[in-house]
Amino acid sequence: MTATDAQAAAQIVPEIPPRNEPAGTSALSIDGVSHSYGPRRALIDINFTVAPASFTALLGLNGAGKSTLFSLVTRLFGIQSGRISIFGHDIGRAPGEALRQLGVVFQPRTLDLDLSVTQNLLYHAALHGIARREARLRSDEVLTRIGLADRAGSKVRDLSGGQMRRLEIARALLHRPRLLLLDEATVGLDVKARADILAHVRQLVTEQGIGVLWATHLFDEIIASDDLVVLHQGRVLAHGPVGRVIADAGAQDVNTAFMRLTGTAAASGSAAP
Amino acid sequence: MSSLTARQNQSGFSLPEYLTCLNGIVWREALRFLHQRERFVSALVRPLVWLFIFAAGFRQVLGISIIPPYETYIPYEVYIAPGLMAMIQLFNGMQSSLSMVYDREMGNMRTLLVSPLPRWYLLFCKLLAGTAVSLLQVYAFLLIAWFWDIAPPPIGYLTVLPGLILSGLMLGALGMLISSGIKQLENFAGVMNFVIFPMFFASSALYPLWRVQEGSPMLYYVCLFNPFTHAVELIRFALYGQINWLSLAVVASCTAAFMIGAIYAYDPSRGLIRRGPAGGEA
Repeated sequence: MTATDAQAAAQIVPEIPPRNEPAGTSALSIDGVSHSYGPRRALIDINFTVAPASFTALLGLNGAGKSTLFSLVTRLFGIQSGRISIFGHDIGRAPGEALRQLGVVFQPRTLDLDLSVTQNLLYHAALHGIARREARLRSDEVLTRIGLADRAGSKVRDLSGGQMRRLEIARALLHRPRLLLLDEATVGLDVKARADILAHVRQLVTEQGIGVLWATHLFDEIIASDDLVVLHQGRVLAHGPVGRVIADAGAQDVNTAFMRLTGTAAASGSAAP
Repeated sequence: MSSLTARQNQSGFSLPEYLTCLNGIVWREALRFLHQRERFVSALVRPLVWLFIFAAGFRQVLGISIIPPYETYIPYEVYIAPGLMAMIQLFNGMQSSLSMVYDREMGNMRTLLVSPLPRWYLLFCKLLAGTAVSLLQVYAFLLIAWFWDIAPPPIGYLTVLPGLILSGLMLGALGMLISSGIKQLENFAGVMNFVIFPMFFASSALYPLWRVQEGSPMLYYVCLFNPFTHAVELIRFALYGQINWLSLAVVASCTAAFMIGAIYAYDPSRGLIRRGPAGGEA
């Protein structure tokens, strides 16, 4: 299935609202979050939401604050101000419930290179309290889905970059989260592997109703039906469907819109207190 | 799709989930240990070098009088064996801390820390896993030492186990606490110089404290306040089926203190890990 097919399929897959969860609950909601490293302000009053079964691209240059934001959502750092919740569970007050709903693929590789593909998956499953037998079933299932079933016993070290990324995504989905975060997941991959990973993730959105936050600095990874958050120097400059962000910026494409937004920001930023 | 939403109404974690998590962390640590065969060999060679060479050379220099828990005159090798067992655990504790710093730099630590289970529990599991590995090393050492005529009473092999677990936890927790403060892997050499060596030499591992007191009263007090001395004495007495209550109390309280410190340091909201994300990117 190509990315476009996947988008078409999105229209017909009904979204299943979980019980005891108010309708319209965001997969991820970030309210007024700021973060500083000492005197340096990495994030300034960030507000946006990611809807369930949607693909939200978080676009920003290196150093825009994407990784800091990811570290806050995944609770690697404590929240200094503001509030982050995952399907209504506050990450500060109910971290267990929030993290249960969350799958994450970090920018640096986080696999044990000397362990086998299956061992890596079983370790992750154990960290989520999934019993060994169930974990084996699930890891066989995901390995088949990502086409690595024949590599189950291989050391991770022997996989290609693209295969490792697919494995990391599979691993992040092992505990069946409803929100998936990916931080620059295609960095260092060749064109084909990049396209494969993107198509795979878009397919997860449409077929499994997973909400995705995809951090990137590459304009060509964003398509018209995505939601877009433009992050620049720690501030959200625009947020909404791609088409609207482009139109509001008076541009024709994401590239131009981004340049205009960030250019504007630089000008007004210098005027701001 | 139902499996996706099945866990919605469930909150908190069940006992089997906690145990699965513990099991998984210990299993991974054991796998990694088996993959690093040279780590096992060097963990064994280090104390054996002390035993075979250092002790053999020093046995004529140092006379050992009869001190508890020993009931007869003992050769020097027998005296330093408990100290070497504690040394194995000290190195292992620091090595676990090194691997935590490494994991944090490489990003593997994130896999652990984004688990939904409580973070104190994850760190505790990690600590238990490291202690289990140290037990493996200590018993391998005891086996070889037995051929070198270091033969405590057979029951001692069993009674020493609780002592080893407690001292392993203390030294592991200390390593964990130190790892939270180390920013980069390169800084680890400092740990060797400022933690491992002083702790080992300023203790009762190589010489009884009454001997130290004769030489330098000042050093005697340093040794007395060194938690490592008490780890050594706890192991020494336990190996002969006895309990050194003072050492037990010191080791137990130090374990608790280091553990609380480590949990505090790894707590995201006020921890010491407040720099940029691992890998250096902001």
